[in-house]
Amino acid sequence: MRLSPDEMIFWQYDFVKLNATIVFTWGLMFVLAVGSKLVTRKLSRDLQRSRWQNLLEIVVTAIEKQIEEVGLSQPRKYLAFIGTIFLFIAAAALCTIIPGFQAPTASLSTTVALALCVLVAVPLFGIAEQSLGGYLKSYVSPTVIMLPFNLISEVSRTLALAVRLFGNMMSGSMIIAILLVITPFIFPIVMTLLGLLTGMVQAYIFSILAAVYIAAATRTHQPRPETESVPAHDV
Amino acid sequence: MLIDWFTVGAQLLNFLILVWLLKRFLYQPILDAIDAREARIAAKLADAEAKKIEAKSERDAFAHRNEEFDRQHAERLSRAKEEVKAEHQRLMNEARQAADDMRVKRQDDLEREQQALNDEITRLTRKEVFSITRKTLGDLAETGLEARMGEVFMRRLREMDAQTKEGLAAALQNAAEPAIVRSTFELPESQRAAIQNALNETFSAEVHVRFEAAPDLVSGIELSTNGQKVAWSIADYLATLEKQVGELLKAPARAEPESS
Repeated sequence: MRLSPDEMIFWQYDFVKLNATIVFTWGLMFVLAVGSKLVTRKLSRDLQRSRWQNLLEIVVTAIEKQIEEVGLSQPRKYLAFIGTIFLFIAAAALCTIIPGFQAPTASLSTTVALALCVLVAVPLFGIAEQSLGGYLKSYVSPTVIMLPFNLISEVSRTLALAVRLFGNMMSGSMIIAILLVITPFIFPIVMTLLGLLTGMVQAYIFSILAAVYIAAATRTHQPRPETESVPAHDV
Repeated sequence: MLIDWFTVGAQLLNFLILVWLLKRFLYQPILDAIDAREARIAAKLADAEAKKIEAKSERDAFAHRNEEFDRQHAERLSRAKEEVKAEHQRLMNEARQAADDMRVKRQDDLEREQQALNDEITRLTRKEVFSITRKTLGDLAETGLEARMGEVFMRRLREMDAQTKEGLAAALQNAAEPAIVRSTFELPESQRAAIQNALNETFSAEVHVRFEAAPDLVSGIELSTNGQKVAWSIADYLATLEKQVGELLKAPARAEPESS
């Protein structure tokens, strides 16, 4: 049994390989990009608009609103990054209903890559917002004693992000695979629906956590928002 | 090992590419469309607000003009009413004055007409009465009446009060010409003698008289000398009657305008 789609290798040359994770990621990227392009090709700027445009507008504005509610006063600056995290993870989870599809997020490599993106993006946004000195000062705030703890926090939360998403997505796929072997056909469908829900929740949690980390990095001079402490639980 | 670092790197790159793709094809166009729509809605709202403000200002201006118009209308109406009232009063006064004038004039006319009518009636009555009386007396004027007139004249001479008698006596004495005794008819000789005697007795002197016939003297005899006169005539009675009749006719004519 494969624990990760990384193990499904289609082509390999030395360390360069083309596994299921990369291929399905490309597939998702293609669907998302082409779908967006098709819908936004004929955008209506009037009150009358197509259903697809309406759907995308709802999705984009909902993400924007969520980012704003986390505490980022200028959500459009972070929309591309956080929105893409959400859409990628949600699309990956949604596509698990397609037979044979391996969610790229069930690969620890993918989740680590996403977590690394967050790890790099947080200080970048923080520095862009309040300069390098201001951002670095946040590590020794309120005292220098906090510096190691803050550094450990940075690493641990990145690890937590990666493992949480990987665990949830991988377990979902794994459970369905096991159930398909030992139970009647109807039960795995229920589990698939449950996995779909879990995937959506994970997409939400991952993106919200990323937003919270960015918000914390960009607003160190002000009291930390309450939302920062809310989604710190594994699901 | 669950982590394949090549895959991690590839996924990292894939993710960054996906961020760029979605930003290019999804977020930016959608946000632009939303912004454009919101701008359009905001413009429409602003336009609507401007129109609302304009409409409000026009409504206020209209209401103000309306109020002004109403006020002027009320003012003019009030002024017109005052003028009409004044004009009405003036016309009424004029009409009343004219009516009064006309009434007074009519009253005067009426009184004049009444007076003229009365005069005419009186004149005609008197004329008729006198004419009848004259005719009657003329018809009755015979010796007997003449004799009676002579007797009456003589009795009046004798019964004359002292003052009149003295005045007349003085006039007779001072008269250069003889006294004249006028009568309607020619007096017979005997009556002339009787009158001469009565005069002589009355004034205790020889009185020179001349007898004349005067047809306009209605059944009477008169003695005149040097501006003094003694007379008896039915005309005297007639004059009294005429006076009484005149007063009698005046009385109702006077009473009539008072009652109107």
